Amino acid sequence: MATAKTARKADTRLAERYRALLRQMQLIRRFEEKAGEAYSLGKIGGFCHLYIGQEAVAVGCLSQLRPDDYITATYREHGHALARGLTPRAVMAELFGKATGCSGGKGGSMHLFDASRGFLGGHGIVGGHIPLTAGIGFAIKYREQDQVSVCFFGEAAINNGAFHEALNMAGIWKLPCIFICENNRYGMGTALDRATATWNISERAASYDMAREVVDGQDLLEVMAAMERAVVRARRPAAPTLLEIRTYRFVGHSMSDPIHGHYRTKEEVEAHRKRDPIILWGDRLKADGLIDDAGIEALDAEVKAAVLDAFEFAEQSPDPEPEALWDHVYAPTGEASGIRRQASPAALPPTPDA
Amino acid sequence: MPTLTYRDALNQALREEMARDPDVFLMGEEVGVYQGAYKVSRGLLEEFGPTRVVDTPITELGFAGVGVGAAMVGLRPIIEFMTWNFALLAIDQIVNSAAKMRYMSNGQVGVPIVFRGPAGAALQLGAQHSQSFEAMYAHIPGLKVVMPATPADAKGLLKSAIRDDDPIVFMEGEMLYNTKGEVPDGEHLVPIGVADIKRAGNQVSLFCYSKTVSLALKAAEQLDAEGISAEVIDLRTIRPLDLETVFGSVSRTHRAVIVEEGWPFAGAGAQLVDEIQRGVFDELDAPILRVTGADVPMPYNKHLEKAAKVSPEKVVLAVKRVLYLE
Repeated sequence: MATAKTARKADTRLAERYRALLRQMQLIRRFEEKAGEAYSLGKIGGFCHLYIGQEAVAVGCLSQLRPDDYITATYREHGHALARGLTPRAVMAELFGKATGCSGGKGGSMHLFDASRGFLGGHGIVGGHIPLTAGIGFAIKYREQDQVSVCFFGEAAINNGAFHEALNMAGIWKLPCIFICENNRYGMGTALDRATATWNISERAASYDMAREVVDGQDLLEVMAAMERAVVRARRPAAPTLLEIRTYRFVGHSMSDPIHGHYRTKEEVEAHRKRDPIILWGDRLKADGLIDDAGIEALDAEVKAAVLDAFEFAEQSPDPEPEALWDHVYAPTGEASGIRRQASPAALPPTPDA
Repeated sequence: MPTLTYRDALNQALREEMARDPDVFLMGEEVGVYQGAYKVSRGLLEEFGPTRVVDTPITELGFAGVGVGAAMVGLRPIIEFMTWNFALLAIDQIVNSAAKMRYMSNGQVGVPIVFRGPAGAALQLGAQHSQSFEAMYAHIPGLKVVMPATPADAKGLLKSAIRDDDPIVFMEGEMLYNTKGEVPDGEHLVPIGVADIKRAGNQVSLFCYSKTVSLALKAAEQLDAEGISAEVIDLRTIRPLDLETVFGSVSRTHRAVIVEEGWPFAGAGAQLVDEIQRGVFDELDAPILRVTGADVPMPYNKHLEKAAKVSPEKVVLAVKRVLYLE
């Protein structure tokens, strides 16, 4: 009897966990929709790359990590940050460039950081952060620890030298790294088969003596399962993995790119939208009796409220102090001697007639 | 005090810092089994083992990034470039990752790393192996650029660089590795950002660093024989610049010549000229002159190469011009 009870308890926990993952994906979706709206209103500046359509990748992968693991990501990283537990407030405020943002308003959409959660940046140069991930993996192994170092990048990064160099070293040194290629088929507007001689990305792992998997990125459960296997390989004794997770971006490359047009057709986008990872996961939970339509509606209302709260928080938050311009160029010990404050008129000598 | 070569002084700094701090490791091409392309890391693999003395494939971008990643989570990597010419392949990691991680993350993630290797022209190595890139790195906020001229400074500055919490571009003079000098044993630290008066004088200030210090000292000797007293200031670090020492010297001599190996256009000396004219304009009795490498890729032919390089004769000529003797 006790075993049946335990099993029921475990089932309940699993059901809660599955619903939480649905909530996380829905939060990212609503957050990104709001970010798009805020961008159109001029509240977010610069570049803004939305994650709509790919939510199951970040949520599924990050659900398999421990709090002390490390993550680096690209400039399309709002979803990863939220899935890692950064609050919608901290992320939205960063997009608004506010002092309360997760990077103090100095990083912006492309440079979200939260060191306390091992979230070591959105990075803006395609492929540039892949060697950093290998370096973090190197440090883990150096210290004989058992964390894993995870990197998210797009399929356009795989033709870049940084990708090859980093994966080669991870292969030689058997680093505890998981390289997650989010293959959304387009590097900006260039289709994979126009940019890549051998388009089966995961096969490249063979060059680095590395485990590999091809994963359906719209299927949360598949993502979780593949990531779970990769994490097992990465924890001691360490071995790296290249995951090719096939997904699709339902929106343009950035806010200035229409959803369809020059490089992909409306029909193509519509066909992919039919495999919306959130709807697929919701349907599965419904089929298993873990949630009903009312439950989904309630969950949606809840995340919409959280996103609205984040929006209002960001709007009401202060800009960084003017003096923040000069902070953190160097470590505190180096500030005084390192920075050239010549841009400031106050640093100029007085004019002769002053 | 023991006399060591510049190479062995660097080796001593590496050995002492690796013994002092288990988070310090050395990574680069041929640093281990081969004992270093220039033998700076001789004996370190045997002493510290392959986890801490790491041979890499020839992938500058990759291993520079590995170093930055390791530094982001608290290790203190020393990344050796076989020469700074090859570091051009890694510049994305130095500029886009190392230099601005602290700023982009609002102080959450620092990068305590040393990028080091030989810089400047040696002898007849041709255009791609004879370059001085200090101005390029000094341009970047977030980096510090250190260029020792003597064995003692090489040791003391490298030890300080390894202990520094910011990314350091540490450029060693390729032609200096065999030069000898007295080097203090053990804990010898030279602070970053402090220039050194290598020779006192009162008629003209010669500002120099790395290999050009010995050229300036030779020029000062020749000038002395002609009754001209030159002060030789070794900047030691290009960024941050020790403006207090620079301004102090100009205020004493009222004339300045800058000696640098690199190209003239937007070179490190150009920054110094800007600082001096803005800081102590009223002290100047003559325009500041710069003696630089010729504004051409380095030619292979030895006569052409000599013509392209800075020399004591060129420094003497510049000094006479600022003294209006020529």
